[in-house]
Amino acid sequence: MAALSLREVIKDYVQGKQALRVIHGVSAHIEDGEFVVIVGPSGCGKSTLLRMVAGLEEITGGDIVIGERVVNSLEPAERDIAMVFQNYALYPHMSVFDNMAYGLKIQKLPKQEIQARVARAAEILELSTLLERKPRQLSGGQRQRVAMGRAIVRQPRVFLFDEPLSNLDAKLRAQTRLEIQKLHADLGITSLFVTHDQVEAMTLAQRMIVMNSGRVEQFDTPEAVYSRPASTFVASFIGSPPMNLLHSVPGLEPEKILGIRPEHLDLTPGVGWQVLVQTTELLGAERLIHARMGQENLTLRLDAAVTAPRPGESVQITARPDKLHFFDRANGQRLP
Amino acid sequence: MIERRPLLDLLAHVVLIIGVAVVAFPVYLTLVASTQSAQEISASRPLSLWPGSHALETYKVALFGGETSAGSKLPAGAPMMLVSLISALVIAVGKITISLLSAFAFVYFRFPLRMLVFWMIFVTLMLPVEVRITPTYAVVSDLGMLNSYAGLTIPLIASATATFLFRQFFLTVPDELVEAARVDGAGPMRFFKDVLLPMSATSIAALFVIQFIYGWNQYLWPLLVTTDEAMYPVVLGIKRLVAGEAYTEWNVVMATAMLAMLPPALVVVLMQKWFVKGLVDTDK
Repeated sequence: MAALSLREVIKDYVQGKQALRVIHGVSAHIEDGEFVVIVGPSGCGKSTLLRMVAGLEEITGGDIVIGERVVNSLEPAERDIAMVFQNYALYPHMSVFDNMAYGLKIQKLPKQEIQARVARAAEILELSTLLERKPRQLSGGQRQRVAMGRAIVRQPRVFLFDEPLSNLDAKLRAQTRLEIQKLHADLGITSLFVTHDQVEAMTLAQRMIVMNSGRVEQFDTPEAVYSRPASTFVASFIGSPPMNLLHSVPGLEPEKILGIRPEHLDLTPGVGWQVLVQTTELLGAERLIHARMGQENLTLRLDAAVTAPRPGESVQITARPDKLHFFDRANGQRLP
Repeated sequence: MIERRPLLDLLAHVVLIIGVAVVAFPVYLTLVASTQSAQEISASRPLSLWPGSHALETYKVALFGGETSAGSKLPAGAPMMLVSLISALVIAVGKITISLLSAFAFVYFRFPLRMLVFWMIFVTLMLPVEVRITPTYAVVSDLGMLNSYAGLTIPLIASATATFLFRQFFLTVPDELVEAARVDGAGPMRFFKDVLLPMSATSIAALFVIQFIYGWNQYLWPLLVTTDEAMYPVVLGIKRLVAGEAYTEWNVVMATAMLAMLPPALVVVLMQKWFVKGLVDTDK
């Protein structure tokens, strides 16, 4: 096990004479045994960053340090990492056992050692009865577990996950998420997990890196990212529905943006801002109210038990004063 | 077909039966002729369609040569079949090996002029053996490879078709698999051996069948590069039996033809399962 450090990591893609910078100097320090999730919209560079850590992409600038070692120019196999791929990447002609054992065979470990490691991983992942099967005889969830097993048997210092849950259906995804959490609790291996799904990020992460167009927007615990978003991007990316960002509110200074989460707005007949209800959505326990205030759209999240206003109705709402967020209008950064 | 119509069924069967007859009848005729004696064949017009009683002695002569009942001395067929077998195997295995390696290079390595080299190989598809036969002959002759297995096989080994086929197959192998192998610590040749080869097994089998038959049926090229009887492949041997200076022993010709048909048929039958799988399957 080891800590993982990214120091001013840069990635350029060169096409002819033009260099396109996709990672703009990312720095982050991941503690030994920590589970960190990188989250961001597609194309933000999160997978590229992970692949640079894995050694599958070259590093244009900066350093990647695993433990005490700068691994910039090492082959993936020499970095003491294991990676779980989005499409599992199992060898189709090998049995489950051989898939997991392949890396160990290349390392020329003794047979008994390989047997023991694979057997243990299979036990942890409940694959013991499937060891003789070929990948095509397995379900998606089982293939995913084999892919994780292949990573576990290497006993790496860092686990890398590249959107491993995106090919599973919703139910299996929730289940596998719990398994990954349990696995991390049991093995305590430093893990870097890439996803575009904020629910995965919030539930799995001890700390999360929110990325946008090749830059780190925020690197903090899920609680902090949710309750104190560092920028308007984070505010609108994390949380569903996203935070309301209001530009013209009575009393708001013109250089500021006001952010307020939908659950921190209440119906207050008689006082507060006057809004026009557009549509309402019932989500079960809660109800979303989409409304307009002048030029601005905003969303309220109310308890389903509260009598909902009808579309077209005009209601008054108040934001909880301790839950207001202010951002700089010029650069979107959080104002203290 | 969703609907079964008796008339269509009948038509389909008639067409198929005619097809089988057209293909199978000459083979049957060959077989029948090979069991009769030379005298019987020359005496009976048209040829009797019933098997004769001289099968054993005719095949013995065809395989091992010797005096025939008609009194002429014929060369043995067995050594010629061995020459054919060796050349066909060398051509098939050589073609597959070289194509696999070159396709591997084209797909997984970046080297200068990669595309140019690929297209150069691809262009040779447009130049069949017959077109380049004179320069090829000159080269082989200058290298002193006439009357040798090298001369019989090497010029036929380079294959754009197989290279192209394997290249297309390798391109469909997901990149993640390559990356997984890199993470597992497999070097390029290890990846080739442990992952790519087993995955292309069915294509290799299909190509082997095609190339073996191609190699076995070579006629023009062996005709040019062999002058020594010991290096004649069997296809050439049949021709020599017919064009012999003396009396053509048709029964022996037919027996040799039957023998020459056997190995390719055997290869097809034995590898049929793999062959069909290789042509239709996308087992990835």
